[in-house]
Amino acid sequence: MVATAETTRSEQTDVRGDSAWVQHWKQLRSNPLGLFGLVLVVLMVGSAVLADVIVPYDPTQILVGPRLGPPSWEHPLGTDQLGRDTLSRVIMGGQVAMLVAVAALSVALSIGLLLGLIAGFGPRWLDNGLLLVLDSVRAFPVIIFALAVITLLGPSLTTVVLVVAITSIPVYARVVRTQTQSLSDNEYILAERAMGAGTPRILGVHILPNVIGPLLILASMDVPLVIALEAGLSFLGMGVRPPTPSWGTILNNGYNYIQNSPWPVIAGGIPIILTTLGFTFLGEALRDIFDPKLRRDV
Amino acid sequence: MTHPAAAPTRPEAPRDAAAPLLDVRHLSLDFTSPRGRIHALRDISMTVPRGRIVGVVGESGSGKSTLAYAVIRLLAENARVVGGEIVMDGRDLLTLSPREMRGIRGRRMSMIFQDPMTSLNRVMSIGQQMIDIQYRDPISKAEKRKRAVEALRRVGIPDPEDRVNGYPHQFSGGMRQRICIAMAMMVEPALLLADEPTTALDATTEVQIIGLLERLQAEIGCSILFVSHHLGTVAELCHDVVVLYAGEVVEQGSVRDIFHNPGHPYTQALLDCDPGRIKEKTRRLPTIPGVVPSLVGDQVPTGCIFKTRCPHAFDRCDHEVPPSYAVVSGEVAPDAPHTARCHLRDAAEERRP
Repeated sequence: MVATAETTRSEQTDVRGDSAWVQHWKQLRSNPLGLFGLVLVVLMVGSAVLADVIVPYDPTQILVGPRLGPPSWEHPLGTDQLGRDTLSRVIMGGQVAMLVAVAALSVALSIGLLLGLIAGFGPRWLDNGLLLVLDSVRAFPVIIFALAVITLLGPSLTTVVLVVAITSIPVYARVVRTQTQSLSDNEYILAERAMGAGTPRILGVHILPNVIGPLLILASMDVPLVIALEAGLSFLGMGVRPPTPSWGTILNNGYNYIQNSPWPVIAGGIPIILTTLGFTFLGEALRDIFDPKLRRDV
Repeated sequence: MTHPAAAPTRPEAPRDAAAPLLDVRHLSLDFTSPRGRIHALRDISMTVPRGRIVGVVGESGSGKSTLAYAVIRLLAENARVVGGEIVMDGRDLLTLSPREMRGIRGRRMSMIFQDPMTSLNRVMSIGQQMIDIQYRDPISKAEKRKRAVEALRRVGIPDPEDRVNGYPHQFSGGMRQRICIAMAMMVEPALLLADEPTTALDATTEVQIIGLLERLQAEIGCSILFVSHHLGTVAELCHDVVVLYAGEVVEQGSVRDIFHNPGHPYTQALLDCDPGRIKEKTRRLPTIPGVVPSLVGDQVPTGCIFKTRCPHAFDRCDHEVPPSYAVVSGEVAPDAPHTARCHLRDAAEERRP
């Protein structure tokens, strides 16, 4: 009898197996594109975090060397039209891009989450009012809206963050609102209310954990969009102010001298492509892992 | 499930002479809708005595669930109470602030729901949820966990120390309903509202759940308002029965009186339709002819609500709303007042069928 009980217990453990996180890691490891994305993302985020330590030169320092020089041992990605080291500028530009992405998305996430919860759980009139505002904001084309705000406030890093945050809020708020509404219809919310729980408790303990997963995945897939937008605005001269390096500014400068040297354009473009790809692959892999219903291969 | 006619032999719970735990007086409730106001409950008066199980029966749309939700005040946004009171512990629940009402929910009363598949949060383990609902108690988490395990053991979940870590999808429907009951009973409420807790379960599980409710009620000594359309379970479990039809109480009394000596033609018809009571082999199950009258706006019929489907309806039913008549039963001392709202029960009425 004892032996039987032992067997059942160990079989149960086998069925349950590894913890959820280990399972997720195993799933990610078996997805080559996702793994590639993870490597790229780690590389980009790592270089952004360590940028100040790993840059070989001061990215704004004008060096006494060749202008628009090709890659060499001293300057692996060459130099720009002022003789600044392109690799240093690309690394610092990555930091700026990550900074914009992280700052803008965290602002957008928190405000979007809050508004979405209010709209989804609050009274009907509040929901309608919020939706009207959110949809109005979303109706503006992003670039036009960005140009308008920048004209008003002047180009700066903060303005870029603000623009990205404002244009992303409606998307997150809508997702959260829809999720909240469908979750509120669940009987366990009713059951929780029958146990005397108030609104903050229901939202915090029951709705939030259900909403946060899809939201984070959505945000991770938005990172490339934000980076591209920042680069785009900087390319147009509406983003980060020189001499602070940005991938967009590097591209723009290189574009002006493309007939003299292709290297600055290549050096500014490749990181945008790689980062975009990395976050997209990783985001898709994460979505497949956390939301198996959307998985294509099953 | 035991045959309803044979069932009401269960030992009677002691009947407290003091005021009932829950006293619903002349409750009327409307739902606003695009088609107009729906008079979902009209002049409902009923009581839940202390320590007794009161069954609320009626067909779909009769307002039985609405009554339960009105008591715990968890109605949809478009519900409007237009009259009456719901008295518990000497206070009218309808006049309490939302905050005061929250203080009552989960302490003095708790509720179990129809669908155990959706009444537990999928992303939290059973233990987390059971610990969570004890948020008011100033005891350690380990203490709360021990209580949760104990509650699970009490409702017959095997190996509760291990199973408390499980997630809802790892349990069957019957087990989940047991867990829901464990959670509702953990707070030792004075009143448990059960909204068709066995409807979503198969028949054998249903018997177990009924047995469990019966045992827990005896242990805790709470009252239960048991909403069901299944006459068999009501006969099995309840002490008293309230029969609802189209938002009105048509008959109430002890389960024995209602099942043996129905005083209202609707109750009679309902009992005749119970497949468990049909004696001879038939291909056609009996039904009550006609449909429930519309409850929208002024379309609610005057006079008796059941007259359109009643085989005994006569002219008096057309214009006069029947009051509650006492139904004379054969017993010397009926253990609950047996009343029916039908003119046929009026002693002055000559035309008895």
